[in-house]
Amino acid sequence: MALKCGVRVFKLNTIRQAVRLLSTHSSPEAVQNAKVGDFPGARAPYVTELKFLSEASYDPIPIYRVLDHNGQVIDGREEPNIDKETLLNMYKTMVQLSQMDKIMYESQRQGRISFYMTNYGEEGIHVGSAAALSPSDLVFAQYREVGVLLYRGMTVTEIVNQCYGNCEDPGRGRQMPVHYGSKQHNIVTLSSPLATQMPQAVGAAYALKRVPNNDRCVICYFGDGAASEGDAHAAFNFAATLDCPVIMLCRNNGYAISTPTREQYRGDGVGARGAPLGLRTARVDGTDPLAVYRAVAAARGRALAHNQPVLIEAMAYRVGHHSTSDDSTAYRPAEEIHKWNSEESPIRKFRQYLEQKGYWDVESDEALFKEARNRVVKTMQEAEKKKLPPWKEMLEDVYYEMPPRIQKQVKQMEDHLKNYGEHYPLDKYQPE
Amino acid sequence: MNALTTQNVSTLTKLVKCVNAYSKRLSSHFIYFPDNEAPLEGETSKMNMMQAINNAMDLTLKNDPTAVLFGEDVAFGGVFRCALGLQEKYGKDRVFNTPLCEQGIAGFGIGVATAGATAIAEIQFADYIFPAFDQLVNEAAKARYRSGGQFPCGGLTVRAPCSAVGHGGLYHSQSPEAYFAHTPGLKVVIPRGPITAKGLLLSCVRDRDPCLFLEPKILYRSANEMVPVDDYTLPIGKAQVLREGDAATLIAWGTQVHVLLEVAQMAKEKLNVNVEVIDLMSILPWDEETVCNSVKKTGRCLISHEAPLTSGFGAELAATIQEECFLHLEAPVSRVTGWDSPFPHVFEPLYLPTKWRCLDQLEKLLRY
Ligand SMILES: Cc1ncc(C[n+]2csc(CCOP(=O)(O)OP(=O)(O)O)c2C)c(N)n1
Repeated sequence: MALKCGVRVFKLNTIRQAVRLLSTHSSPEAVQNAKVGDFPGARAPYVTELKFLSEASYDPIPIYRVLDHNGQVIDGREEPNIDKETLLNMYKTMVQLSQMDKIMYESQRQGRISFYMTNYGEEGIHVGSAAALSPSDLVFAQYREVGVLLYRGMTVTEIVNQCYGNCEDPGRGRQMPVHYGSKQHNIVTLSSPLATQMPQAVGAAYALKRVPNNDRCVICYFGDGAASEGDAHAAFNFAATLDCPVIMLCRNNGYAISTPTREQYRGDGVGARGAPLGLRTARVDGTDPLAVYRAVAAARGRALAHNQPVLIEAMAYRVGHHSTSDDSTAYRPAEEIHKWNSEESPIRKFRQYLEQKGYWDVESDEALFKEARNRVVKTMQEAEKKKLPPWKEMLEDVYYEMPPRIQKQVKQMEDHLKNYGEHYPLDKYQPE
Repeated sequence: MNALTTQNVSTLTKLVKCVNAYSKRLSSHFIYFPDNEAPLEGETSKMNMMQAINNAMDLTLKNDPTAVLFGEDVAFGGVFRCALGLQEKYGKDRVFNTPLCEQGIAGFGIGVATAGATAIAEIQFADYIFPAFDQLVNEAAKARYRSGGQFPCGGLTVRAPCSAVGHGGLYHSQSPEAYFAHTPGLKVVIPRGPITAKGLLLSCVRDRDPCLFLEPKILYRSANEMVPVDDYTLPIGKAQVLREGDAATLIAWGTQVHVLLEVAQMAKEKLNVNVEVIDLMSILPWDEETVCNSVKKTGRCLISHEAPLTSGFGAELAATIQEECFLHLEAPVSRVTGWDSPFPHVFEPLYLPTKWRCLDQLEKLLRY
């Protein structure tokens, strides 16, 4: 966060934070006479003019981008050096995700699954960040980051099985749809309460940094709404004071359900909370996968080389409804969405980039969309046939070992089902 | 709001005090038994529970110029639409969105009440009330006591949708009443439908102590009743006997009341016994007198709630009943509840204290 341009600032090397608190109209004389206040809580120059800072005291954090809206690289020096295969993999993941979202959203409408959330408009954040990380880096996600999971190698089958909560869901049908998790892919299982993952990610990063020869960092995804929770502040403060190798990646998509960012926060977005708390901070165009890639790659370097926590605010737009329980026409005009579905669509932008590089063409694209759709439809048909996990798994995993009191409850239910089993949909569950 | 119609009072059967026998199947797990006795003479209108709550808040905003209503997504009506149209009617400074922060919502509400105004705070789901636990348990509940009565925050009412909906899983299904019932200074209230929702919410809003109003969300749209359009309150701390009987006392609150009303019907048909059904309505303080008088009469008691068994509010009832009614009891007090696990998604039909589990237990209780 830079002080507004043209402002004269003290050059006191030792005092970084203090610079921000200075009067923007300090005279050079004041500089010479300035004494430095040395308090345990702050070391900063004394001034004799009282001045309150405001939003306007700072320039907004600029939005870093590599591609323009036609998918053209704006400054050749900024184009990341990513091999063709990786670039295509990123694109294919975006397409797979958008097609899966379409079909799964529809399937909820048809009553096949109970709930769903789409990722439209944020695919670039997912693949840009995932490609810049190592598969061993630990992911703490919110829910609208499914592209990260796909990029890491979670299959459409695993995702669809979770949404059906069937016997192949690693979460054993216990959570609502979209609450994925995979030990194998270093993705910590999602939970619905917002922002709880944020201080947890910081703690995980702390533990990793203590591992000898650590080469892993943690990335934590969260929304502009979640950033208002107390846990978000705790996470930033802990990350900075405990020097944790963590990347805090905010998906700022303009809305938290119906609440626009204007009612979520004042000041310069979520990014404004980074640097003053001691996190390296950047803001990027989240519709540009290459910009996200560059920012996350650089953040990862800092996190691992210096145990520096980094905050990245990726700007995007939530193109879909919040979830299948939401109808966003109740609070935003349909026209507002158009731009984000067309010129600012991350998929379109990235496809144009690939075409310009000669890596992709229309025929490949048509085939890819078709293949992506077919994969989901076929997977759904299979998932639908699978039974739910055995009902007793309802009472397993509450503890490592089932305590006697829960054992007793299993027994009670068994006894009850002996006489009343016909009143329960037992055929939906796998036999033990 | 639906067109206003006058209430058509149907003849009540002898056993059913104010509950309609013409019930409606809502989901796999219960049938809704509407109230058909208005607590107030005069004009009524058909409302579902969401509309009845909306109506209570509308009356509050109209009659109390200090009242404000806020929470996540409340401006457009809230995710369950209970505040629908109220911002348009009363303005953005009275009905508004807050940032996404439950501890902030509760603390802000306490502040509004401390300054002498009326606060209706909405927590989007009861499952997300826990970041506000500190503000409610350590602050709201103890404000009167620690200030010697100087700074009470009775102007605060916190509303939160709770309980099972069929597909809510771990974090859209919980019934957290017992956590708060362990907190002297708070009042905890749960309606069973539109009529009780309106009367109890208006009581909470006007109560001199902070109240937590838990709204069983499955009832928002599906439960319809003829609700008086005028202002009325129902007393906090009073239970209602919904069905009289002599063989056993069945106690529940919220959605589970309807499950037990059906169990009572089944007990009559299948076992030819008359059981008494009590809606506790108010968890804290709770109506010891109504409950114990009933159990002394019937000698048998079954308590049912959706929340897990261990340390659920049924435990408090059972302990008190054994103490107060010991010599009248013909059998140990029974509890039929959710199991001691988090609330599971695909296992919900086997997790809930279904009418079959309640009936099964009732048979054992009667045979004891
Ligand atoms: C603690 C908590 N409070 C409320 C909710 C309900 N809720 C679910 S998602 C959501 C909005 C989140 O918005 P944001 O963080 O911006 O993410 P987005 O959905 O826009 O991706 C809310 C309020 C919740 N899940 N957890």
